[in-house]
Amino acid sequence: MTTVNVLSGQTHDMHETHAPPGRIQPEQPGKAGKRRLSQRIWRRRWVYLLLLPGVVYFLLFYYLPLLGNISAFQDYSPYLGFLGSPWIGLANFRTVFSDPDTWIVIRNTLEISLLQIVFAFPAGIILALLLNALPGQKFKRFMQSTLYLPHFLGWVIIISIWQQIFGGDGFLSHLVIGLGGKPVDLMSNPAFFQPMVTLQVMWKESGWSTIMFLAAITGIDMSLYEAAAVDGAGKMRRLWHVTLPGMRSIIILLLILRLGNVLSVGFEQIFLLRSGFTTDVAEVIDTFVYSRGILSGQWGFAAAVALLKAVIGAILIFIANRAAKKFGEEGLY
Amino acid sequence: MVSWMERSSFIERWTLRVSMGLLAVVMIFPFVYVLAVSFSSPQDVSNSLVVLPVHPSLAAYNWVLSQTNALQGIEVSTFLVIVGTAINMLMTVTMAYGLSRSDVPGSKIILWLVLLTLLIAPTIITKYLVVRQLHLIDSIWSLIFPGAIAPFNLIVLRQFFMGIPRELIESAELDGASEFRILWNIILPLSKASLAVIALFYAVAQWNNFFDAVLFINSPQLEPIALVLRDIVLQGNVSQNNIVSGEYMPPSLTVQMAVVVITTIPILVVYPFLQKYFTKGVLTGSIKG
Repeated sequence: MTTVNVLSGQTHDMHETHAPPGRIQPEQPGKAGKRRLSQRIWRRRWVYLLLLPGVVYFLLFYYLPLLGNISAFQDYSPYLGFLGSPWIGLANFRTVFSDPDTWIVIRNTLEISLLQIVFAFPAGIILALLLNALPGQKFKRFMQSTLYLPHFLGWVIIISIWQQIFGGDGFLSHLVIGLGGKPVDLMSNPAFFQPMVTLQVMWKESGWSTIMFLAAITGIDMSLYEAAAVDGAGKMRRLWHVTLPGMRSIIILLLILRLGNVLSVGFEQIFLLRSGFTTDVAEVIDTFVYSRGILSGQWGFAAAVALLKAVIGAILIFIANRAAKKFGEEGLY
Repeated sequence: MVSWMERSSFIERWTLRVSMGLLAVVMIFPFVYVLAVSFSSPQDVSNSLVVLPVHPSLAAYNWVLSQTNALQGIEVSTFLVIVGTAINMLMTVTMAYGLSRSDVPGSKIILWLVLLTLLIAPTIITKYLVVRQLHLIDSIWSLIFPGAIAPFNLIVLRQFFMGIPRELIESAELDGASEFRILWNIILPLSKASLAVIALFYAVAQWNNFFDAVLFINSPQLEPIALVLRDIVLQGNVSQNNIVSGEYMPPSLTVQMAVVVITTIPILVVYPFLQKYFTKGVLTGSIKG
C-alpha cells in the first residue's frame, strides 16, 4: 500500500531468488555450479554495464560519506584529510556534551518536533477524512489540486510568501493598521518562531500528506460501512470503528518514520527562517551542525553531533518499530 | 459513494463545503496577494493594503531583470532543469532497468545497497567533505552529481519495470535483441507515463535546488534562482555586480514579490501535467506497489 509495501515487496523478492543451479542439483560438484554462475554473469554483462553508473553513484555519494564519519574521532582538518588528521578518540564527543549550546539546540529541535507531531501530523489525517467525505467529484479534485500545490514549491518561495503575509510590511500588518492598530511582525517575533514553523509545515505539506491516508481510505471494504450502518452505527461510530481502523497501519507506519526523524526538523526551512533570531530560539541540531562545521570549521565537533544524531535516529526507529509490533501492528520491517 | 459521512444532512454537507472553501482561500489568497503586490507601484504598497494593484505597473519586473542577477539565476536553474534532469533520468532509468532484471547474479545485493540509503542518509558534513574531496566545490556539477539519483524515484521506477510482462522481454531476447534494445524499444515505450512523472519530479526538484547551492556554491554567477530569491527577499540584498554604481537601494517590496512570482511560475506551468498524472493514479499506483 505504501513505500514500505514496496520495501516488503522487495524483501519478499529476496526469498524468491532462484537458487543457484549448484544447490538445486546437489550431486553436481561445486566447480560446475561456479562455472554456471560465471556463465550467468557473462550472459548478463550488459546489464552490469547498465547498473555500473548507478552503483558508482551510490558508493560515491552515500557510502563514501559514511566513511567520512571517522572525522568525528579526529581533530579533522580538510587540509590534512582523513589520513593526515590526528586521532583524538572521544574528545569531540566530550566537547559536544559540555557545550551548553548542544542542549539548547536539542531542546529546540524536540520542541518543534513535538509541535509538528501533535499538530501537523494529525492535520493530514483530518484533511483526508474531510476530503473523503466531500460530496462532488469536481470540488474534491479542485481542493486536492489546491492543497497539493505548495508541496512542489521550494521553501525559499514559501517563506518569502509568508514574509509578505505575516512580516512587518505584510498583509496582516497593513490590515491591523487599517483597523487602527499598530504594525505587527510575526516573522521576527521570537515568541512566534515555533508556531510559525509549525504552521508553515502544515500549510505546505498537510495536503500532500493526505495522499497516503486517502489511499488507505479508498482501500477500505465498502461492505464494512454497510454492515455497520445496518447495525445502527451513526457517522461518528462508522468513522471510529471502520474508517480509522482501516487507516491504522499507515498512520502507525508514518508515525514510526516520524519518530525516527524526531531529531530532524525541516533543515531548509529553519535555515531560512533563523536569521535575526538568537541561538536559544532558532538553532536546531541540523543548523547547528552546519554553522559549527561548515561556517566555523569545527569539523570534528560537527561530525560528532551529526553522527550522534544519526545513531539516535536509528535507535528511535528501532524502538518505535518494536513498540508498534508489541501492539500487534506490522511495523516497518 | 459510501463513506463514513454517508447520509449526511443538508447542514452537514454545507458546513463541510463552506469550511473547505475557506481552506481553499487560505491556500490561494497568499499567491493572489503576492501577484498583486508585484504589479503595484511601490508607494501604493507601502501606504496601504493592496488586494488588486491600484496603479498596475511592470516596473518591478523591469528592475528585477535589469538590476539584479535574477536573469543569471534563471539561466543557471534552466541549465540545471535541462541537463540535471537528463542526467537524473539517464542514471535512474539504466539502474532501475538493471535492478528490474531478476535473473542477474548480485542484483539483490545492489538493491539492498539502495534500500539501506533510505534509512542511512549521509550527513551534510560528510556530504560536503566528499564533494570537496572530488574538487566539485563551486562547480555547477556539484549541483548535479550528488543528487543524480533519488533512491525513492529509482525504487518506484524499478517497481514499475517489474510489472512489465516477462514474456515480452524473453521473446525479444530470443530474437537476439540486446539489453539496450530491450530497454529502448520495449521497456521505455511502455513506461511513458511513469517516466513523465519521474522526470517532472526531478525537474521540479532541480528548479527548487537551494540548499546544495548554499553548501557548494560560492560564486554569484553560479547561483540558481532560488538562491537569488533568498538574497533579494530574505536578506534584502542584491548581488553587487549588477548594481548601478553609486546608489544602493534595498529592493522594494514590489521587486521582492516580482522575484517570488518569477520563481513560482515555472512550477505553476508544469503543475497541471503533474496533476494529470496523479489523477491517472500512475504515481500512487506504483507507490502502492
